[in-house]
Amino acid sequence: MAQHAAEGTKPEVLFWVGCAGSFDARAQKVTKAFVKILNAADIDFAILGNEESCTGDPARRAGNEFVFQMTAIQNIETLNGYDIKNIVTACPHCFNTLKNEYPALGGNYNVIHHTQYLNQLFTDGKLSVQGGAFKGRKVTYHDSCYLGRANGIYEVPRELLKQLDIELVEMKRCKTNGLCCGAGGAQMFKEDEPGDKRINTERVEEALGTGADVVAANCPFCITMLSDGIKAEEKQDEVAIYDISELIIQSM
Amino acid sequence: MIQQIIFILISGAAFFFAFRQFAKIRQTINLGKDHTPTGDASERWKNVALVAFGQKKMFKRWIPAVLHGFIYVAFLFTQIELIEILIDGIFGVHRFFATKIGFLYPVIINTIEILSFLALVGTVIFLIRRNLIKLPRLHKSEMKGWPTKDANIILILEILLVSAIFTMNGTDVVLQSIDPAHFPDTGPLAISSWLGPALFGGLSESTLLFLERAGWWVHILTVFAFLNYLPVSKHLHILLAFPNVYFAKSKSRGEMDNMPEIMNEVKSMMGLIPESEVDMEAELPEFGANDVMELDWVNVLNAFTCTECGRCTDVCPANTTGKKLSPRKVMMDIRDRATEIQANIDLGKIDCKKDADKPLTKENYSDGKSLFDYITKEEIHACTTCNACVEACPVMINPLEPILAMRRYEILSESAGPSDWVPMFTSIENSGSVWQLPDSREDWIQE
Repeated sequence: MAQHAAEGTKPEVLFWVGCAGSFDARAQKVTKAFVKILNAADIDFAILGNEESCTGDPARRAGNEFVFQMTAIQNIETLNGYDIKNIVTACPHCFNTLKNEYPALGGNYNVIHHTQYLNQLFTDGKLSVQGGAFKGRKVTYHDSCYLGRANGIYEVPRELLKQLDIELVEMKRCKTNGLCCGAGGAQMFKEDEPGDKRINTERVEEALGTGADVVAANCPFCITMLSDGIKAEEKQDEVAIYDISELIIQSM
Repeated sequence: MIQQIIFILISGAAFFFAFRQFAKIRQTINLGKDHTPTGDASERWKNVALVAFGQKKMFKRWIPAVLHGFIYVAFLFTQIELIEILIDGIFGVHRFFATKIGFLYPVIINTIEILSFLALVGTVIFLIRRNLIKLPRLHKSEMKGWPTKDANIILILEILLVSAIFTMNGTDVVLQSIDPAHFPDTGPLAISSWLGPALFGGLSESTLLFLERAGWWVHILTVFAFLNYLPVSKHLHILLAFPNVYFAKSKSRGEMDNMPEIMNEVKSMMGLIPESEVDMEAELPEFGANDVMELDWVNVLNAFTCTECGRCTDVCPANTTGKKLSPRKVMMDIRDRATEIQANIDLGKIDCKKDADKPLTKENYSDGKSLFDYITKEEIHACTTCNACVEACPVMINPLEPILAMRRYEILSESAGPSDWVPMFTSIENSGSVWQLPDSREDWIQE
């Protein structure tokens, strides 16, 4: 972004990478897949790089409003400084916070999730797939809570999956009834409270029950949780979990 | 005449005591913090029409929705009959509307008959689901004792109500042929026209007259009993569902309420707003909620609206996997704690005063207990903020808000909370990332 600013140009869109997308080895693959698609579609985008900070979602949900405000206000200063209007992100937690919570702090942007963005690229004809690698394969889609219930986006990711000619098999708990992966509300950063089972195990059992060999997701934290669950069931050789952007890049 | 006087006295007393109790509930709900409803009023009315009146969200589970629908619609229509009963009781007349509204009367009475029968079917199936099939969501640990008894009392009262209606109508049908002068023709009735003669045919006129009166009195007395039972029961939802849906916050579900005090403090620390705009002398308030008085009154209204159906707990990922958290229990606990505080204030308990020289009000209340004595930290730590409970509630109760308000109290006011979270907080504060990593945010580009 600094480069754009120095050249006095403005990108079409700012790609908000997020902590997971920047640092987590698995989520970095999603970041790269999404960037490759953006490049293939010839989109002029920018990232903030080291000027980006955590949006503050886990801090706020844990109850730590001070830490949330500090990182959020800093981000808003940065974004407003570059006069950013459009933001796309591959993380539904970043998406939700930027879209729904930053306005109250003085940060107003047009924020969309990467599944919405990709769907738009298909609609605009900037992106196409060639009867790809997943044609005819059974895929189940896991709704993340922050894209789904928190923001009511259920159909866009499914429309996107249809582009890949896959056979979409739904889990019993899907869309508004979707079951959480267990990571939200800052659970990602702590041990589970005592119980009978891990939430990701419960979810993975349901996903495996569909007979799908690919689980499609839209959130880096869901991917971590569900991958762990699949490994715990020792099914990692039979069932793969991918972000939708990864399914697309493999079909291009 | 004596019957009229007794009726007027009893109904007067029933309405008086019920009104007093409802006023008390209103006062208890107002223990919560001021909160001005935000958002569009037309959106709220739409919710009242669709969600409260139209029961839209019930239909996520259609079996209970249909059964509940029978009871609900029967309840709505029976109000017409109740108006007639009140008129009859006060003026000593019999079936006042029968000669006044012509063909509409048999239509209304028949509708009520059919609905009452369906409501009876619904009630019996609900009793079976609760006590014989033992539906898991109705038998979680928070349902032990009073909540289960409460539910059964309500269902049994409903059976009593319907039985009284059919006794009243059935004997009436038989009496219409014996004494048409006093018992105006109601036309054929869907159920009582065959049930009446089958049950009461051949009885003496005096027995019939007694049974007709008994049916009438039992019906109206059960209604009065219900009216006065509502305020101590989960059944209060039949009234509060409507305001509750109206006042439900209309913001995005993913949005947590901003805390402007903290925002301004941080902005002034960062030099973004002049310090003069922030009152540095002001005593920092306690953040979040450790008691009912720090919750929004809407949260407390939510708690009193809850009818303990357990749809929230049934879909809670934490509860489903054996954690202690149950969103329903959170709501029940808030209600019970609010009731306890209001009762102590009403009793004027001196030892509940924060400042002994001031009167005992909600602002001056401290009994050494808090919401955390009802809801443990283990429970609130288990929440994934997934909004499943919020989505599941048929009357738009939000259990997530009080959970997050309690987390805020624990972290901000007590500086406590799960120790696992500390590295995440420090890391965001120091390096702007949720993980303490030495790498650059741009390293992924190199590969």
